[in-house]
Amino acid sequence: MTQRQQLVIIGNGMVGHHFAESFRQQAGADAWQVHIVGEEHHSAYDRVHLSEYFQGKGHAELALGTLDGYREAGIEAHLGVKADHIDRQAKTVTLSNGDTLAYDKLVLATGSYPFVPPIPGHEAERCFVYRTLDDLDAIRSAAAEGTTGVVIGGGLLGLEAANALKSLGLHTHVIEFAPRLMPVQLDDDAGQVLRAKIEELGVTVHTQTATQSIDTLDDGRLQLNFAEGDPLTTDVLVFSAGIRPQDALGRDCDLDMGERGGICVNNHCQTSDPDIYAIGEVALWDQKIFGLVAPGYRMAEAAAAHLDGGEAPFLGADMSTKLKLLGVDVGSIGDAHAASSGAISFRYNNEAKGVYKKIVTSADGKRLLGAILVGDNSVYDTLLQYHLNDIELPAEPDSLILPTSDATPALGVDALPDTATICSCLNVTKGDIVGAVDGGCCSVGDVKSETDASTGCGGCAAMLKDVVDATLEARGIEVDHSLCEHFSHTRQELYHLVLVEEIKTFDELIQHHGQGRGCDICKPAVASVLASVWNELVHDEPHVKLQDTNDTFLANMQKDGTYSIVPRIAGGEITPDKLLVIGQVAKDYNLYTKITGGQRIDLFGAQLHQLPDIWQTLIDAGFETGHAYGKSVRTVKSCVGSTWCRYGVQDSVGMAILLENRYKGLRAPHKLKFAVSGCTRECAEAQSKDIGVIATENGWNLYVCGNGGMKPRHADLFATDLDDVTLIKTIDRLLMFYIRTADRLQRTARWMENLEGGLDYLKDVILNDSLGINADLEAQMERVIDTYQCEWKATLEDEEKLKRFRTFVNSPEEDDNVVFVQERDQIRPATDDEKQNLIATA
Amino acid sequence: MTAQLKPDTWTPICTTNDLVPDSGVAAKIDNQQIALFYLPDEHRVYALANKDPFSNANVIARGLTGDLQGKTVVASPLYKQHFSLEDGQCLEDDSVRLDTWPARIEGDHVYISIQ
Repeated sequence: MTQRQQLVIIGNGMVGHHFAESFRQQAGADAWQVHIVGEEHHSAYDRVHLSEYFQGKGHAELALGTLDGYREAGIEAHLGVKADHIDRQAKTVTLSNGDTLAYDKLVLATGSYPFVPPIPGHEAERCFVYRTLDDLDAIRSAAAEGTTGVVIGGGLLGLEAANALKSLGLHTHVIEFAPRLMPVQLDDDAGQVLRAKIEELGVTVHTQTATQSIDTLDDGRLQLNFAEGDPLTTDVLVFSAGIRPQDALGRDCDLDMGERGGICVNNHCQTSDPDIYAIGEVALWDQKIFGLVAPGYRMAEAAAAHLDGGEAPFLGADMSTKLKLLGVDVGSIGDAHAASSGAISFRYNNEAKGVYKKIVTSADGKRLLGAILVGDNSVYDTLLQYHLNDIELPAEPDSLILPTSDATPALGVDALPDTATICSCLNVTKGDIVGAVDGGCCSVGDVKSETDASTGCGGCAAMLKDVVDATLEARGIEVDHSLCEHFSHTRQELYHLVLVEEIKTFDELIQHHGQGRGCDICKPAVASVLASVWNELVHDEPHVKLQDTNDTFLANMQKDGTYSIVPRIAGGEITPDKLLVIGQVAKDYNLYTKITGGQRIDLFGAQLHQLPDIWQTLIDAGFETGHAYGKSVRTVKSCVGSTWCRYGVQDSVGMAILLENRYKGLRAPHKLKFAVSGCTRECAEAQSKDIGVIATENGWNLYVCGNGGMKPRHADLFATDLDDVTLIKTIDRLLMFYIRTADRLQRTARWMENLEGGLDYLKDVILNDSLGINADLEAQMERVIDTYQCEWKATLEDEEKLKRFRTFVNSPEEDDNVVFVQERDQIRPATDDEKQNLIATA
Repeated sequence: MTAQLKPDTWTPICTTNDLVPDSGVAAKIDNQQIALFYLPDEHRVYALANKDPFSNANVIARGLTGDLQGKTVVASPLYKQHFSLEDGQCLEDDSVRLDTWPARIEGDHVYISIQ
């Protein structure tokens, strides 16, 4: 057996440990004997969460690996010893215990040490730094009898240390030389907001304060003397005034060093000696030290790959940070101080809530250069995506940080982080999808087969398509916007063809503008377009073959092949007599009943042949179809409104019923949900609907393009204080414009996000008639409304249509595979196992 | 009463009036549920097993017909997998295939055979 090569890692912190892990995964790792040397007695642990040590976590909880783990991986760990000297000629490392390790390749991951300002008295017994578990143990024992703690340094780590002291029960002071806290990441206003928040938590902050000397008092406590102001007495003093690279080993063996410290490395993290690498906070790349863990990890990966002959160069890292300091959100992105030439700042400062937000954009306002957030990090991810991906900002960039309910521009899929879950059934992330595209998938179908995305409930199909299209486009691949293999048009184009050429059937359309027979994608899509334009009954002869099973049988198919039935209960208002009818039908046909989210009642478990009888009973009692099966207007939810409610200012139920009856049956690219609230208390949750109406003293406020579901979106305020007539005209136009221009299965929320110009453009079209089409949109809506028929009523009057409602064409039997069991006093479908048991015991 | 399936013979199953053009209906012979699809431009009926192997529900007859990758197919109405009308092969999963039976139209009647 050939002698294995020797790889020595000096430093067993987070980065050194990550290097060992990364290197183990390299193809050629087995050819190496790996040694890792750590000065601390503890094996590598999570230093980022160090303050949790005082909240009860021990080394075991914070540890990144275990000694056993190293042993199993064949890594020899030398802990509690220091590397004293590197001999580059002999290629050896001398350890503080006298041992010598020979190396073929050496990795320096020695990290940094806390800078202690040379204030007279800084070496006193109760002075500490905040870096290691040993430091924390020392701080804890010194604090045991004490009441007061002081941190010198109001930067990020200083505030972490303050948090630690506070969690030890000490009255805590933070002393900062600069005029504000976190001077590197924050500006004055942000520092002020953060200070106020922190002081609210009981931490005393002293800015612009220079400590001149530290005296040890007779009782062992310390007294800090300042240039100005009264001295301060404390039990414990922690220095947290910045870090310095721990680069002495490199300096001693004459590696190239930076002027202000740090060992110079190239993109592979090699030092001036190609056999020696440096990674993490000790490494100086492009004159920069990276004091965050993520860049350190990327360096570790770059070095590990290069050692094995591969390449994963380190090309710098974003230093944006998001964290909770003493429970306060703080975020800093890119050029937070607007140092770039021509940069413009936008600021929002809410002193009442302690929230500060600032964005820095390029001179033309189109690119996000930086940002500062204090007190509220909710937009951090969005802002970071804008910054990192160089996404063009909305026309009014400040809308990103203003706390209004309307027009906070949402980002398209481009801005979703790779970790965002797209398909929650199969747990497929955006990153997985992008990976599949990079692996050669060129269509949604390919990506589905590769990742299983959208093969569960299918609710993510539209978002999946957006991600795939965006990824393809980003890779410079022309995206095919064809509806399917039968039509090389988008839904919008087909809509226009149908309208302009007055096409009335699918056959006519595919003959002139498509090819083949069609499929389960284009048939229902075209059927929906035809219904929106001409409003012929969906199950009239030429259209019936185009409909999904739900539209064909005017009911919702459930997992066992049975259907559920939803009669319309406009506005959620129902008489006791009608309630009795529903109850009686459910009893007669043994149906499971459930109240829906849209304020109506769903009846489950009907077989195909039962549907006409059930509906005859319902229609005789005055019910109509509820269109729960269609991509169409579902319900208009409402609160009880001014008629009963002491707060209501308008009759929300009346308006809801009016709207529901007006738009019922309207076929659209996707389902449409409405709600009407009778006052600003908003009990009907109108702001989560496609169309939301909220009563005001003077009329109605209209909200549009909201969405619950898998990617919720708050609706945008579209128009205010409308009278009834204007409200309805506005909704007419908006809905018809949506129907004309949206993609297949695109809800209004996604539709508006994808409209160029977004909400402002939409307002321009609908409220200002910028396209001059409003009269046309209204007329078309009027036509659809005038031709409304209850599909169930029409079906029951037509023998030809009724013949489809047979479970078997040659037998009156029922489907014996439909089996129910009882649960909570109602039926539910039997599971496969239960069916087997029922057969076995029959 | 249920029609009886006789080996090697064409069994009448329903009339053409029971069929829906470019769409499906279900029939039952013995305990076998059969989905019948009628394509008027071919003047042809296809007979496939009605049970959807992905949901174990008898719903294939209620799927949409069409063509995909050059094959005439039906899409399961539950989870949308496609099955070739010709041989029952699932386009999304090579290991899944629906049973099929020869079927033909003669006059007003539709027949299927177990051969």
